[in-house]
Amino acid sequence: MEWYLPVLWAMLIGTAVALYVVLDGFDLGVGILFPFAKDETERDQMMRSIAPYWDGNETWLVLGGGGLWVAFPVAYAVIMPAVYLPVMVMLVSLVFRGVAFEFRTVSRSKKAWNFAFAAGSTLAAFSQGIVLGALIQGIKTQNGAFSGGHFDWATPFTLLCGLSLVAGYGLLGATWLVMKTDLGVQERARSHAKALLLAVLVCMAAVSLYTPLAFERIAQRWFSIPNFYYLWPIPAVTALAAFALWRGLKKERELSPFFATIALFLLGYAGLVISSYPYLVPPSLTVWDTAAASSSLLFMLVGTLILLPIILAYIVLVYWIFRGKVRHGESYH
Amino acid sequence: MDFDPVLLARIQFAFTITFHIIFPSFTIGLSAYITTLGVMWMRTGDEKFHRLMKFWIKIFAVSFAMGVVSGIVLSYQFGTNWSRFSVVVGNVIGPLIGYEVLTAFFLEATFLGILLFGFNKVPPWLYTLSAGVVAVGTAMSAFWILSANSWMQTPTGHEMRNGVAFPVDWFSIVFNPSFPYRMAHMLNAAYLTTAFVVLAVGARYLLAGKFVEEARTMMRMAIGLTVILAPLQLFIGDQHGLNTLKYQPIKVAAMEGHWDGSKPGDFHIFAWPDEKTETNRFAISIPRGSSLVLTHDPNGLFPGLKSVPASERPPVANVFFSFRIMLAIGFYMIGAALFGAWLWWRRKLFQTRWFLRVVSFTWWSGFVAVIAGWVVTESGRQPWIAYGILRTADAISPVPGASIAGTLVLFVFAYGIVFSMGIYYINRLIAHGPQGSAVKESEGVASRPLAAAAKAAGEATGN
Ligand code: HDD
Ligand code: HEM
Ligand code: HEM
Repeated sequence: MEWYLPVLWAMLIGTAVALYVVLDGFDLGVGILFPFAKDETERDQMMRSIAPYWDGNETWLVLGGGGLWVAFPVAYAVIMPAVYLPVMVMLVSLVFRGVAFEFRTVSRSKKAWNFAFAAGSTLAAFSQGIVLGALIQGIKTQNGAFSGGHFDWATPFTLLCGLSLVAGYGLLGATWLVMKTDLGVQERARSHAKALLLAVLVCMAAVSLYTPLAFERIAQRWFSIPNFYYLWPIPAVTALAAFALWRGLKKERELSPFFATIALFLLGYAGLVISSYPYLVPPSLTVWDTAAASSSLLFMLVGTLILLPIILAYIVLVYWIFRGKVRHGESYH
Repeated sequence: MDFDPVLLARIQFAFTITFHIIFPSFTIGLSAYITTLGVMWMRTGDEKFHRLMKFWIKIFAVSFAMGVVSGIVLSYQFGTNWSRFSVVVGNVIGPLIGYEVLTAFFLEATFLGILLFGFNKVPPWLYTLSAGVVAVGTAMSAFWILSANSWMQTPTGHEMRNGVAFPVDWFSIVFNPSFPYRMAHMLNAAYLTTAFVVLAVGARYLLAGKFVEEARTMMRMAIGLTVILAPLQLFIGDQHGLNTLKYQPIKVAAMEGHWDGSKPGDFHIFAWPDEKTETNRFAISIPRGSSLVLTHDPNGLFPGLKSVPASERPPVANVFFSFRIMLAIGFYMIGAALFGAWLWWRRKLFQTRWFLRVVSFTWWSGFVAVIAGWVVTESGRQPWIAYGILRTADAISPVPGASIAGTLVLFVFAYGIVFSMGIYYINRLIAHGPQGSAVKESEGVASRPLAAAAKAAGEATGN
């Protein structure tokens, strides 16, 4: 097999997952903050700020999952049964919060769908965190198939990851609202963002301390020489981004907090990738062990390289069409 | 308690995909209809087309949301429930689904945003174009997923190495032998399904004496379309069946309830296929009907179910009855379309109340036919998941039956709520009707009175 094809694909899927986390992250985050709005008009405004985008954002999840299947069928076949229940809970949560967008506007009483939207978004974020945690802590395999227990994913560490992701998406959602809304919603989002930033930093610190302590391979990766010399900028830049975010919120900037949050997310993500590479299913299966046939990888690669720029172009077009703020009192459709 | 994981996984997949296909059948057709309305509106400047367009977009939004979320569930189930399937045929099926995401899902999901929320933000041509892009996106999605499914029925262009399928010729994988028929049949089914819903809504308004102008337009458009597409579906279906006879003869034998291949086949209008005695009970048949259709010769022979051991046969009754349900609805559609066209020609279409009543009650016909058709296709493929390559029983994930049973209950519960509420809301939107002016409202008026905003949203009017 051409050794570079799986690496290219790992990069592509990694990009898709990063885009998913940032993009669906902010709309899930708005859902997480939904219960804290003052009244229905504010909730309309919050929902309106993400309504044109959520479906496109969620499509990155399909690309991430689908891409994993296309490029690394063996990894897909090991990971999915290993995290069966969290994935199923995530899917059902996404069903409820997805239909809530439309159902909420057409139903007479909004209460039930407000709840479905908030609970669905929160639970989806939490389950994604669990899946992430389960991957970091490793999956038991034998002869390239899943051989662990069906509740191996349920540990205090994955619980921590679940909570971290809820806080992180909440932060993305809050800074998105600071950027895209005005008046009460914006002010409340700003104060939520400050609290959530602290929570996120605590979580990041906890994960960064725990993982090298608990997993030898991760300690090896970060603290062996010379790796340490290359890698220390990552925590340093993370601290800078957090500081920039804090200042942006303090000074009531509207754009910079959102982008600082994205930077924070990408840095955390980079940290996780560094901890695990080249394992796709830590601690046993690498990208090469799990890759699809070269011919399949090539066939898809050609299409992806042509289509992805086009997709990004029309996504940018839509974000541009709906640029600007969603004002208080704007109706849904 | 003992759970059979294979059976449970099959039930779960059948349940979730049956739920899913209801929405594509409607959104594929409806997006094309909305585009047509948009084009008519731009060409004629007639406001009624715009009112209709806005009206159907609201219904589209609700259906599309249900289609999207149920689809995401499916794409993950390949891994969660059928992980051996993913390993064995992933090299071949994976890229087809990958292309579906890249060419279709992003397209429809992104332009949907403009279609639902962009009316005041983009010029009318771009607005109508977005509807067109969504329609093309949904059809492309059908293209890829049907190609994947057809490959599972009639695999070509691959080779097996160590029990895993490797692609050899992508062109013959994508355009495998049953794909052109399945694509034509399914796309046509989606347009028919939608046309019968539009027809039913028009008839419902005429019966109530409401929105008369719009209702007449809807009925004319729907009859005009179905009078062509309904007979066409019979023709495509016939060709599809002949092709299946070539590649999956046992499936056809089950469709026809044909046990003994040494005799010509009768067409059973009704029968009770009995798998124990390997005969049909209570049969009402057209002698040699099946032979005539399938071989164009009343004495022609085609393989019977007994030509393979019982373990190689699909569940005969499922296939047999579903096939008859689809045919019955197909013939009903042809009859309704032709009769409606005749009434239209005699200028009695809008006055014949019994006809209006019948078509307004049968809005569901297309959905039922689509589901029945898929049960024929998918049950008829058993015991294989990928025909001749992998058996369904060997495709399962290492997941305990209890987990599958638990999540199955969860899905039944969740989809039950979502579906009944969805139907209820769509029905309310229909009762509300195509109202409201198309004049551009000024958006972004700060602090519109709260009550008015809530009311507007509650009625799902405004834009
Ligand atoms: C003939 C058409 C057809 C068939 C057989 C299927 N679908 Fe589908 N699917 C569509 C036609 C469609 C669509 C028209 O493109 C949808 C449906 C409703 C919708 O709103 O978009 C869609 C949505 C949809 C989505 C969400 C896309 C998004 O994010 O926008 C996913 C992930 C899937 N489907 C996956 C599947 C899988 C894994 C299937 C089979 C096992 C499947 N679909 C069968
Ligand atoms: C959308 C319309 C479809 C419907 C209504 C449908 C219906 C069904 C049904 C009823 C079953 C259960 C059959 C049985 O176990 O007896 C099934 C199984 C299955 N179908 Fe489909 N199907 C559809 C399309 C597809 C497509 C497009 C694919 C793949 C690309 C697919 C893949 C499968 C798989 C993997 C199974 C499970 C294994 C099996 O039981 O054979 N289906 N489907
Ligand atoms: C009236 C005459 C019709 C005939 C002769 C006919 C024939 C067939 C046949 C033979 C199959 C099975 C193909 C296979 O599995 O290999 C099939 C499947 C199917 N039919 Fe029909 N059909 C008819 C009407 C309809 C109608 C009215 C609809 C829906 C509106 C419909 C929707 C479907 C669907 C969705 C499938 C499954 C997908 C596929 O394999 O194409 N059919 N049909």
